[in-house]
Amino acid sequence: MSVEFTQKIHDTLADPALQLAIYTATGRLVEKRKESIAPDALPDYQELRSQANAIKKHSIENLDYYLEEFQRNLEARGGKVVYCKDSTEVSDFVLSLARERGARLIVKSKSMTTEEVDLNERLEHHGLESVETDLGEYILQLAHERPYHIVAPALHKTRYDVARIFTERLHVPDENVPEKQTAIARAVLREKFLSAEIGISGANFLVADSGAVVLVENEGNARLTTSAPKVHISIAGIEKVIPRAQDLATFLKLLARSATGQLLSVYTSFLSGPKRAGEIDGPEEFWVVLLDNGRTKLLPDRSKRQSLYCIRCGACLNTCPVYRKIGGHSFPWVYSGPIGAIITPQFMGVMHEPALPFASSLCGACGEVCPVKIDIPKVLLELRSDVKKAETREKLNRLEKLAFRAFAWLMTHPRVYELAGRMAAAMAPSDDGRWIRSVPLAMNLPPVRAWLSCRDLPPPPAKSFREMWRRR
Amino acid sequence: MSRDNILHRVRTGIGRSAGQAPADPPPVRIRIPEVDLEARIGSMIARVEALAGKALRDADPRAYVAAAIEGKTAVASNAPYLEECGITSLPGVRSGITDSVELREACASADIGITSADYALADTGTLVMLSTPHEARLVSLLPPAHIAVVPRGRILTSLDELFSILPDPGAVASSMVLITGPSRTADIEQILVRGVHGPGQITVLIV
Repeated sequence: MSVEFTQKIHDTLADPALQLAIYTATGRLVEKRKESIAPDALPDYQELRSQANAIKKHSIENLDYYLEEFQRNLEARGGKVVYCKDSTEVSDFVLSLARERGARLIVKSKSMTTEEVDLNERLEHHGLESVETDLGEYILQLAHERPYHIVAPALHKTRYDVARIFTERLHVPDENVPEKQTAIARAVLREKFLSAEIGISGANFLVADSGAVVLVENEGNARLTTSAPKVHISIAGIEKVIPRAQDLATFLKLLARSATGQLLSVYTSFLSGPKRAGEIDGPEEFWVVLLDNGRTKLLPDRSKRQSLYCIRCGACLNTCPVYRKIGGHSFPWVYSGPIGAIITPQFMGVMHEPALPFASSLCGACGEVCPVKIDIPKVLLELRSDVKKAETREKLNRLEKLAFRAFAWLMTHPRVYELAGRMAAAMAPSDDGRWIRSVPLAMNLPPVRAWLSCRDLPPPPAKSFREMWRRR
Repeated sequence: MSRDNILHRVRTGIGRSAGQAPADPPPVRIRIPEVDLEARIGSMIARVEALAGKALRDADPRAYVAAAIEGKTAVASNAPYLEECGITSLPGVRSGITDSVELREACASADIGITSADYALADTGTLVMLSTPHEARLVSLLPPAHIAVVPRGRILTSLDELFSILPDPGAVASSMVLITGPSRTADIEQILVRGVHGPGQITVLIV
């Protein structure tokens, strides 16, 4: 367990205000979800989950086909598709497009995928202004923090924190009432929306048969991001593609209910291409960035690839007894909670934070609430096994390194080498010059045995070359 | 290029080859219950009200809008239906804008945006708006209040019925937006605040 991980967990546990904030917020979300999926509210909830799981499984198993279909259909409607393998390629693409279009200001709607690739930092490093427009994300951008929760990014901030951040960074009068704080953000961001040249969004779904990007949100910032600027870029993980628009009848019923207990999010945008002839508003250019960033690494494992079914509802975070104690920032990457515990090791390598798959009581709550039926506890167990294998490999590697260091020392100290040679000659079984198959008991360690089992070791000669040279 | 590399990695990972036909997808799951119009209207109103919106049936849209815009500014979309209802000719209502800059300024300064809606979904209280030359996106988005006029026959039961009528919404419009209640956030201490970036008030006139 890394020192950083331990430290962050201890800090979170020692902060009573933070504990209360996490506990209350997640508790409320759990209750709302429960009400919205109760048998009288949504009798076919379990059927919808099975259908969602089947569609995701099918989409991933035929991913290349649906990605190509998506691109074909989007291009037929005037959109453009760019594939990017990592964060550098994404930021290079956005930067070059911004340069070509003479853009200085970018508005962004909430996207975990862009958090993954540190897009804002990279763009700002090159002199572009990139503004988060979701209220929670905006607060965090001003505070230079990353999201605490997949759907409630500023869950850990109180209204007093927000007041302090706003007065410090926006130079507005101290304001503690959330309604008025929201109005402040609305006014500042409205200006940004109306002057930005580029809008960047994520994607909740990519629809292959219509070439469409689907976005769900409550504030209207994603609608503004995708309607007001001349250029819209949607940055989406390749796993977001689903076969048919009609599948949304399944997913949309599950997503908002699982996330916040709403029947539908306030705004669901189904966007296929730039504005068409005669339309007064809407983007003139419509780009979709299809991002790998490690996703293809998850595909070969038939079981663990189900991690890519995730629709980022956050239900597993809210219900997780571990997340509810250690919070979102203790997790080593942008994805927190149970889904973070299975995604992070697969994207970053299991040894990035070997303790992560173990930070779970395996109570099974996450798997039970997952709207697409990802068997998170099973994947956690598989990752635990991967960690153990990697640790064993690392231990063996250490032993091997040690052996080579000893060998190097021996080879650079001629007197010791000679002595060792003489000892070996004395101790070696005198078996008429046949290959040595075993060594004396004291040296008969498992690695030596293993080494000898598949290699031929000639017996040491009675006299070494050096000895013969001296007596020549 | 990255495209070919990524697609190659995908195919290697899932064991498929280029150009290979996909397996049959699971059948689409669309379930449309039989709900009569009265019940759909009732549900639509109840849902919109539960979201703190207003929904009125059998109101005279012209009279309602005339009263609502008293002392305020309003911008109306170019939907022929609004003209038929006599809304666009009301004093104080700007309509017929076809220039994007002008539209943006009008919407950014108006108190109320007035639109039609292509459909409504009774079981969630949702408005379905397709962007067309008659129905711009910003009218239902920038002003702090939104009034939508919906003919009663356009009220569907649910998402399932919508996607059975529009199996590919992209075929009819570049953008389809489902609006379910006023713009809202709970990002600060989970306290519900309406009217973040979109309209904080929404009124549905069922005609």
